[in-house]
Amino acid sequence: MAKKIYSTYPMVKYLRKEALPTALCPGCGGGTVLNAFANAIDGLKIDPKDLVVVSGIGCSAWIASPYFLADTLHTTHGRAIAFATGVKVGLPDKKVVVISGDGDLASIGGNHLLHAARRNIDITVILVNNFIYGMTGGQVAPTTPFGAKTTTSPYRNIEHPLQISETVAAAGASYVARWTTAHVYQLIESIKKALQVKGFSLVEVISQCPVQYGRRNRMKEPAEMLRWFLKNSVPVSRARNMSPEELEGKFVIGEIVNRERPEFTTELNKLIDEVQEHFGLKEE
Amino acid sequence: MIIRGNEPDQIRLIKRLYKPGNYFMQGNEAVAYGALFAGCRFYAGYPITPSSEIAETMARELPKLGGYYLQMEDEIGSIAAMVGASWTGFKVMTATAGPGFSLMQENLGYAVMTETPLVLVDVQRSGPSTGQATKGAQGDFFQARWGTHGDHPIVAVSPTSGQDAFWETIRAFNIAEKLRTPVVVLFDGVLAHTREQIKIPDVSEVEITYRKLPENEEEAKLPFGDPHGDGVPPMPLFGHGYFTHVTGSTHKENGLRDVYTPEVHDRLVRRIHRKIEKNREVYEKYEEHFTDDAEILVVSWGVTARPALGAVLRAREEGIKAGLFVPKTVHPFPGERMRELAKKSRAILVAEMNLGQMIIEVERYVNDDVLLKGVNKIGGVPLTVEEILREIRGVA
Repeated sequence: MAKKIYSTYPMVKYLRKEALPTALCPGCGGGTVLNAFANAIDGLKIDPKDLVVVSGIGCSAWIASPYFLADTLHTTHGRAIAFATGVKVGLPDKKVVVISGDGDLASIGGNHLLHAARRNIDITVILVNNFIYGMTGGQVAPTTPFGAKTTTSPYRNIEHPLQISETVAAAGASYVARWTTAHVYQLIESIKKALQVKGFSLVEVISQCPVQYGRRNRMKEPAEMLRWFLKNSVPVSRARNMSPEELEGKFVIGEIVNRERPEFTTELNKLIDEVQEHFGLKEE
Repeated sequence: MIIRGNEPDQIRLIKRLYKPGNYFMQGNEAVAYGALFAGCRFYAGYPITPSSEIAETMARELPKLGGYYLQMEDEIGSIAAMVGASWTGFKVMTATAGPGFSLMQENLGYAVMTETPLVLVDVQRSGPSTGQATKGAQGDFFQARWGTHGDHPIVAVSPTSGQDAFWETIRAFNIAEKLRTPVVVLFDGVLAHTREQIKIPDVSEVEITYRKLPENEEEAKLPFGDPHGDGVPPMPLFGHGYFTHVTGSTHKENGLRDVYTPEVHDRLVRRIHRKIEKNREVYEKYEEHFTDDAEILVVSWGVTARPALGAVLRAREEGIKAGLFVPKTVHPFPGERMRELAKKSRAILVAEMNLGQMIIEVERYVNDDVLLKGVNKIGGVPLTVEEILREIRGVA
């Protein structure tokens, strides 16, 4: 079966075959994200040699590392963006992509996420939001919906979820978009755009975790979760005219922000040029 | 592939910017200039007393050399960015102090596991916790050794003066590059802020080494192998099309994760230990004064080695056969030499600005018939010649 997939799946050329099959559970949205990312890379004809993929810890960190065939840096919990910052400064002409989960990037790594957006460093972050800590056994996350059940909120979650995309947009990112795994084509287009933007870009993907989240919240089947996404998705244009009460429990999808701002590595190199010029250190 | 800072142009820039001669500067500045001479072209840090002048000097000087200064959002991000940059071919450094060093420990372990060369300067300050933030101390001896989790080797060097800090920082870079490993510089708040005369040499007098890069495709495919038998794998840098996979998880020679096979973990972690153990000549360094006929041996390190030398000289004037042993690389401890010296000594005094840390290491190499005693002081004020001399007289 596995062999058949490898020989017929056109994106297989982008995968590290010796690392397959993936560790993802059946029905996980991670496969959709990997597929969308591979399609975006393929669509833009980006040579994987010009790509460095960085991830943190957790299920979603596995999506592209080790499976994607590029230079991959699998880092400590929450720190992927900080590691990627060093990589990008070293290789400003390469595409540096971070793929990781909500717990990793927005909880323990929230600080790095905000400051990378503020700095507007040219990194593309694909943040997979499945509302839960999957790999550690389904504990409550800062993205878990209000009232949902998890292994560490067995009665109900009494905390409010973090609106990641809006927060990152407010912090200063150049490009922010949110889609769900039920919006695959839009997702691919957004990843493509994010990769082309010169600046910090975030694509948040609402993704299903039927095993850890769905099972405890009356959505055992992956398809039920996808139907939930479709039913509750609101395009960003429509959401602008809706009250916070109306938006409670909804997923605002689409482009949240798309703007030009000075980019960090460009500014850094410009600064170095100016300093060298000022001190007369340029090659005569 | 090229290690950034290795371009011929860099030597020209260094010669142009830093004329050889005597300068009056802080220990912290000496560390920064040492790093610049060693080829460091990437610094990521977060301000913390008493280390901040290192960051300030790097922020001012790095752009002149075409290097990069990054002020990160915290210490964790700083060391993370360093690891990322090191894999793109930079020699990298950060400087921190007490609490910042604690925060960096997890990623220091990551650097050990992924064999990433970097230099981490810990300007030791008084603790625990915030302690006396502006005061010096020598309380991080074991944090450098055992701060991160798991079985891991570490190399830590410790300068004894501002001048020494310049050279020891360069040596730290050379060790990091040769052994593909993080190196800790255990500096301290006293020397960091002491201004003294520091001689800056001509860059051609400085020995600078660079990490081993893969010689062919085959070597590049085994970023954690051991093709040369010295335990140090060549490092395939990012961005050269090798599709290298780097992970802090237990990994095979090709970099791919395997956390289920006991032998894979055993092989990896033992090799990382072996490359440090077997390459002792790369990093082992100590200083000795009057040890030939010493009956009373003072063992000291870092800032305290200076008053200790003063005390030994004064004791000699008084006819006491005192000697001084100063480990310059404090981890791995120069145990063999310590054992030899201990055999010849009647009494050993270990002087340090803490309540007794290096003395625990010394004790392992000393027989029961030798009087072993700590000379300890905390509170942020260094030990004086008088205080150490009094202890020498006490056992004479």
